[in-house]
Order: sequence, then structure tokens, then C-alpha cells
Amino acid sequence: MTLLTVVLALPLLGFLVVLLLPRESEETIRRAAISIALVTFLASIGLATGLSSEAHGPQFSTDVVWISSPEIHYHVGIDGLGLWLVILSTFLTPICILVSWRSIDKRVKEFYAFMLLLEFGLIGVFVSLDLFLFYVFWEVSLVPMYFLIGIWGHERRIYAAVKFFLYTMAGSALMLVGIIYIYNRAGTFNYTTILEMFTSGKLGFTQSQEMLLFLSFFIAFAIKVPLFPLHTWLPDAHVEAPTAGSVMLASVMLKMGTYGLVRYCLPMFPDASRRCAPWIVVLAIIGIIYGALVAMVQPNMKKLVAYSSVSHLGFVVLGIFSFTQLGLDGAVYQMLNHGISTGALFVLVGLMYERRHSLEIADYGGVATAAPWLSTVFLITTLASIGLPMLNNFVGEYLVLQGAALANFRWAVFAAIGVILSACYMLWLYQRVFYGDTPEAVAGHMHDLNYREWAAAIPLLAMMLWMGVYTASFLPPITRTNYAILEQSKMNVRFRVAAPKLAPYLSAREVPHAR
Amino acid sequence: MPAEFLPKSVELIRFLPEMILTAAGTVLMVADGIAGRRWSKAYGNLSLLGLAAALLAAVYAYGDPGPAFSGMLMADGFAAFFRVLVISVGILIVLASYRFLAREEAETAEYHALILFSVAGQCVMVTANELIMIFIGLEISSIASYVLAGYLRDDKRNNESALKYFLLGSFATAFLLYGIAWIYGLTGSTSLVAIRSVLASRDMAVSPFLVGFSAALMFVGIGFKVSAAPFQIWAPDVYQGAPTPISAFLSAGPKAAAFAVFLRIFMTAFAPIGSGWEPLVWLSALLSMTIGNFAALTQSNIKRLLAYSSIAHAGYVLVALAARSETGTAAAMFYLAAYALMNIGAFAVVAHLSGKGDRFVSVDDFAGLATRQPLTAALLTVFLLSLIGVPLTGGFFGKFYIFKAALESNLVWLSVLGLLNSAVAAYYYLRILVVMYMREPSEAATAAEPLTTGLTFALVLPALGTFFLGIFPSAVLNFAGKSAVLLRR
Repeated sequence: MTLLTVVLALPLLGFLVVLLLPRESEETIRRAAISIALVTFLASIGLATGLSSEAHGPQFSTDVVWISSPEIHYHVGIDGLGLWLVILSTFLTPICILVSWRSIDKRVKEFYAFMLLLEFGLIGVFVSLDLFLFYVFWEVSLVPMYFLIGIWGHERRIYAAVKFFLYTMAGSALMLVGIIYIYNRAGTFNYTTILEMFTSGKLGFTQSQEMLLFLSFFIAFAIKVPLFPLHTWLPDAHVEAPTAGSVMLASVMLKMGTYGLVRYCLPMFPDASRRCAPWIVVLAIIGIIYGALVAMVQPNMKKLVAYSSVSHLGFVVLGIFSFTQLGLDGAVYQMLNHGISTGALFVLVGLMYERRHSLEIADYGGVATAAPWLSTVFLITTLASIGLPMLNNFVGEYLVLQGAALANFRWAVFAAIGVILSACYMLWLYQRVFYGDTPEAVAGHMHDLNYREWAAAIPLLAMMLWMGVYTASFLPPITRTNYAILEQSKMNVRFRVAAPKLAPYLSAREVPHAR
Repeated sequence: MPAEFLPKSVELIRFLPEMILTAAGTVLMVADGIAGRRWSKAYGNLSLLGLAAALLAAVYAYGDPGPAFSGMLMADGFAAFFRVLVISVGILIVLASYRFLAREEAETAEYHALILFSVAGQCVMVTANELIMIFIGLEISSIASYVLAGYLRDDKRNNESALKYFLLGSFATAFLLYGIAWIYGLTGSTSLVAIRSVLASRDMAVSPFLVGFSAALMFVGIGFKVSAAPFQIWAPDVYQGAPTPISAFLSAGPKAAAFAVFLRIFMTAFAPIGSGWEPLVWLSALLSMTIGNFAALTQSNIKRLLAYSSIAHAGYVLVALAARSETGTAAAMFYLAAYALMNIGAFAVVAHLSGKGDRFVSVDDFAGLATRQPLTAALLTVFLLSLIGVPLTGGFFGKFYIFKAALESNLVWLSVLGLLNSAVAAYYYLRILVVMYMREPSEAATAAEPLTTGLTFALVLPALGTFFLGIFPSAVLNFAGKSAVLLRR
């Protein structure tokens, strides 16, 4: 059993343990959940340190038959793309448990059970190397999130939960058709084998087949990202979800979509991806600007952060479909950045909601006087979110814009508007909430961070700084994997791409399989 | 040679399940006459005993597969699969009925005897290798089901249900019989294999129009039994009116048996004219899925909702049939097994909650069930997720396998529409989950008694089965695949 299987199995084990604990012993349940989550996190660190920079392809892989006919394997493995997303999931789960410690007071047992089941599903999505297994995890992660929103959410939680479920379900139904179609042609679900078959030309589709298959996957992913105009489920789901739900949704679940684009759409359907790229990029840029503009006028803090996600994820999609090494690296890096900084924003908004019981910006003001430390943490997060140099988002946004500029300069110009707008809405939010007069209601309720909340906030702040200052800890495995994906996405492309501008900062030594 | 008129012992063994069921049913009828109400507690156990013995016999009969009674029956893997399925359905229904019958003060032996006879009829249906036997099995099963649908005879809706079911059912049976008559006239045989060889040979002048016509007649007859659109009109009224365990029974047992007949007739006898009936099945599949799912969206009565969902699920099985392949047949078999489990489970929860005289059967009555009875709610969640088709449940794998078969046969559009349909279906199943988990407890949830032993079994067994089929489908799948090959001979 490899370490990866252990990391995957631990949350499932935790889920079962929590289910078996008696309902009344809430404190034990909380402790059990956080212990399991922390152990999972520590184990996942082992993945990062153990990932070899020499080896090709997925590592820590396990491949055993699960269902014999049709042959479906439990085939998991990890590379630079999945690695950080797995760690992001295991990193945020304990934080989510910490911030839910007091705010979740009904049906505690179910809550933590669903949190751990969610973690299991999310990790599974990022490590599956079998299309069927991937689909299983993709759907399994849906169920706990549905319950998290629907049971512990705010007033319109039911509407939001059902909308979220149906949107995703409709998308994934199409993806299932695509997966089965590929299986019928390739005779296997093994993703590694399928890619080899594409490369060697054993498996090929006509142009229209490829386009339809691409769309069947793309729509499922685009809904999850969410790409404009498929984003309408997102504000509802984010606003109505409890804090932990919003964090996991924004930070990790949205990444399932962008991950899918990179992992599946680009290598399997390079031709169709390139042909659709101009359209997709236009949608992404619309999303960037539209999300930012809508965020600006939101009276509700959570909704504002939710729309900012639409905007940020637009950058990720732009980076992916720029088909440049820089853009792709930036996109993957931005997935992680968004996970950290937007996750932190949701945590902080959640903490403020616990105190003031309101999400309306108008109900706040002068919080900086009442709770200076909370305000400081919020400020750092805000600055990270708008892409201040030295903090994480800057790196990702810069790489994406650089990559987009290499592909088409106009794309970068339009996307850069989004950066400016993000500074506007975030700083304006900060001004309205934290500065000015302190109303009675705020002064009375806004006590500062306690130890538990610090414990949740410090790791997030540390990551913002680390990822902003020392990218070398994170970027090399991403670059290696993206290089391979881009190479794969040039196979069988009918209209050969002009000489690619590949990572100028990468020497041949760092790309071991470069010819 | 008089000895040849007597069936050989091996043939009797191949017919053992039916004999046991009939004997058990007869014993129950006699016991009712002798002891009446005094033994009312024992009838259920006796009926379970009979069903369990029949289950063992069905497995034992498969030890030596082959034809019986001059080829009128064919006790092959296909028959064994469906026999085990319909008998298991019978067992689960009896388990789910204990509490229901006690509550309605209607614990008679005749209820159980009718279930046994109906199951016996279904066993004949799935074993039959010949049109007359199919018809006889269908009638045995149907007549018992008609009575069961109106079992609580003082209840108005029970009567309505039984009458509707009987009238429309007889009408449909007439279609089937008429089709049989035509095909006999055209081919000179009622044996499925003989019909197949006549239809396959080119030198015999059989009018394709008339063959198509008689196939269409039989399609109507069986389509009614499986509640495939456009012959589905009866299902919601009958399911809603019938006693809840019987609604569960109707949606699982007779339906599975009718599909078995469907597969036998169309994949064996009418296989040579497959390209002719495929568009018919294609259309019917699409209609069933769409009508079932969209009509279910607006239902407030849970039994009616499950009835529409059952129409939609019949549509999914028809997709597998439209694939006209061994994979398709195996997929249909697998799906029917998964569907029987999850649907019986869901209906059993309804039976548990409904209260005397179906007081609580609206979706809103499930409100807050998760707070009052977490286990019941969790089990119903399993069934609903399986009905939606969420991975790791039998429902998902069945659906996956069906659409895999359909895509293999290039039914791309049917697959796309079918899977989009299943996304629509998610909505109404989610409504039940929503009220169960996200609303305050209702009167019904508060009034619900704790689960009884029988009901616990009737819920836990299907839930385990649902997970088993979803996580380790290989065993069942391989068996179904093997049996689907046999069907062709």
C-alpha cells in the first residue's frame, strides 16, 4: 500500500469512525475529526517530499483491478498537478473543522462525517488515473457538499443545495457519455494507457467526434469552474453554505473543474481544445470582468467574495487555454492561490458572521477599532487577493497574464482590467467594513480572534507569504507536469502549432525528458 | 411408450421452485380455512419458509440446467437469475408486510398465498421457452396481483386500484394473446427457438408486415406489464391505490418477470427482425424516461412519485433492450436486480411511515425524519441516491452498464437524452432528501414507531445489496453476461 492510498483512505476511515461514535459525545467527535484530518495532512506532506523530480509520469501509483468486467481499476497516482491540490484539500480540511468548532451546534456527528467524506471524494478526484474511478469520485464528492449546504446553510440553503446538485449532475451526465464512448473505443479506462494510445495513433477520432467528446467533458468542467455563463449556481451555493462549506467549495471544489480541463481536455482532445480556445478565452475574460463588476455592487460580503471567485477562476481558464507553459503554470499556481486566499476570506467572513450574525456590509463599520487583529488578518488576505507583490496571487496572475500575452496580447490587456477591478472592490469592501464609525452593534459583538481562530488563520497567512515569496518550493513539479501535458497536447494536432515558447526560465536539466 | 409421457426426475427438479411455491401457497389457503385468524401470526413465517425453500430450489435447479417438459421450459442461467430475483423480491415484500398487515388488521393467509402464487407465476414466466407457457405464467402472476392490489377491500382506493389494474391488464393480455395467435399462424410454432429459425430462414415466405404486426401486438401486451410509455397510464393510479407493500411488489417482481419475457421473446424469437423493432423500443424508451421523470417532478404523493419514477426506470431498461446485444441483455438483467432492491427499499420506508390507511404519504410527511429516525433516513438516502444514480450504488452501475451497451450499439442520442433525463430525475429524489434532512419534523415523523425486526431486514438487506451491486458488481455482472449468451441458442 503506497502512501497515496493511505492519504486517500484516512478520511474514509475517519468518516466511518465518526459514524460509529455515539451522537451525544460531540466533543469526542470533533476531536476525532480534527485528529484524522491532521494525520491526513501530515501524511500528504510526505507526498510532497517524496515526489521524485527524476521520474516520469505519476508516482506513488497503485493499480489493482476493482471490477473485472468491464475492467475497472483502482488506479491512482500523483504528479505535480495533483500533488498540490491534494495537499490543498488536506490543508484546508483541518482549518474548516477548526472554524466550525463552535458555529456548528446541530447534528454535529453528521457534519464532521460529511466533511471527511468530502475530503475523501476531493482527494480521490485529484489522484484517479482511471476514468471510471475519476467519475466515481467526481460524483461522490457532490453528495456531502449537497448535505453541507442543505442542512447547515443559511435561509435559502435548500434552493442553493438543489441548484448546485442539479447543475453539476447535468454536466456530469454528459461527461459519463463521453467516458463510456472513449471506453468503447479504447477498451480501457486506464488513463495512462489511453494517452499512450492517442500518442501512438492507435486511438483517434474524427474532427467532429473529437469536438463532441471535448464538449461532453468541457461542459461538465466548465459548470464546476464555473465559467461564465454557467456560473449562476455559484453565488447561491457560496452564500448559503456554512463557512466550512464555502471554504471547501471555493477553495477545492471549483478546482475540480480547472483540474479536469488541464488533466483531461488538453491531453485527450488537443485539436478541439485549440479550436475552441478563442471562444473559451472570450468567455473567461467576460467572466473576469463581469465577476469583478458584479462583486463591486454586492451588498453582501459572502456574495462579493463569491463573485470575486468567478473573476479569479476566469484567470485560471485563460491561463489554461493560452497553451503556453507560462500560462499553464500560472493557472495551476493560481488554483492554489485562490484556494488559500479565497478560503481565508470565507473563513474571516464566517468569523465575522459568528459575531455579528449578519453578512450585510451595511451592518458593519469600524471593525478595525473593535477587533484590530481580525482586521489585520483580513487586510493581509485582501491584499493577497488583489495580487499585491510578495503575496501569493501576484505570482499566479503575473504568470497567467504573461502567458496570455505570449499567446495573444489583447487577451492580456482585457484580463488585466480584472486585476484593477479586484483592487477596487476588495479595498472598497475593506474600507466600508473596517473603517469609519463603529456602530453600537459592532462594538458590542466584535471581540477579537481567540486561540482556536488564530490556529486557523496563521497557517493561511503563512501560506500566502510563502507562496508569494518563495515559489521554488511549489512551482518545479507543476512545471514538469505541465510541460508533459503541453507536449501531449501537441500530439496528433492536425494544424501543427508554431514553435512553442516554452518556459524560458527552465533549463534543460530541470526538464529531464526534454529532447 | 408410456414412460415418455411422464416427466423425468431431472425435469421435475428444474421445475422445483414453482412446485414448492404452489404447494406452500396451497397449504396457506388450507390453513386459513382451518385455523382462520387464530394462526394469523404464523402465516407470514410460513410464507417466508416457502419462499426460502423455493430460493434454494432455484439455486439447486441451476446445478443441472437444461430444458424441461419437451422444451416448454428452459431452466438456464437466465431463468435462474430471474427466479432468484423474483423470489428474493417476494421475501423482501413479506418481510416488509408484517407490520403493515398488523396495522391494517388484515393478517390473513390469503395475502401470503397470493404473493406465493404470483411469484410462482413469475417463475414460470422467466423459465418459459414457449409462448403458451409465457402466457400461462403471466396470467398466474397477474391474476394474483390484481387481487393483491385490492387486498384491503374496504378501502376505496384499493378497489379503484384493483379495478383499473384488472381492466387495463386484461386488455393488454388480450393484445399479447392475439399476437401469439398471429405468430403461431404465421410460423406454425409457439416455441421461441422454432419461431426464430423460421424468421431467420429466407426460403420460407412469411410476410414481414404480418410478423411485424404480431410483434407489435406482443410489444403492447408486455409494454403494459412493464409500464413502458405509451402504455403507462395505469401505473400511477394503481401504485398509489394499492397497499404499499404491494406497490413495492408490483414495481419489482412482475416488472422484472415481464422484462425477462420481453428479453426472451425479442432477443430470441424476434432477433432476426431486430432492426424492425429497434426504433419502436427506442421511441418507447425515450418516452418512458421523459414522461416518467417529468411527471414525477410535480408529484406530492410519494407513492405516485415512485410510480412515475418506476416508469422512467422501465425506460432505462428499454434502452438496454434497444441496444440489441448481449451486453444490453446483461445490463438489463443487472439493472432490474439493482432496481428491485432500491425500489423495494424506498417503498418499505413509505410503508413504515404511512400509518394506518395511508395517512402520511405526501412528500412533506417525510420532513425531519432524519432527526427522529436517523437510521431509517440514512437507509432511504441510500435508496434514493441509488435511484438518482450516484456512484458506489447499484443504481449507478446499472445505469452505467446500460448506457455502455447503448453506446456500443451506437445509440448515442438515446444515451445522451437518457443521461440528461437522469439529471432531471435527480430533482424529485432530492426533494425527498431535502424534506428529510433539512426541514423540521412533521407529525408523521414524530408519530413514526421504531423499526420492527421484519422492516429492519426489509430495509437493511436491500441497502446492503445496493452497495454490493455498486461496489462489487463483478459477480452478478459476470453471471448476467454468461446467461445473456445462453439466451441466443
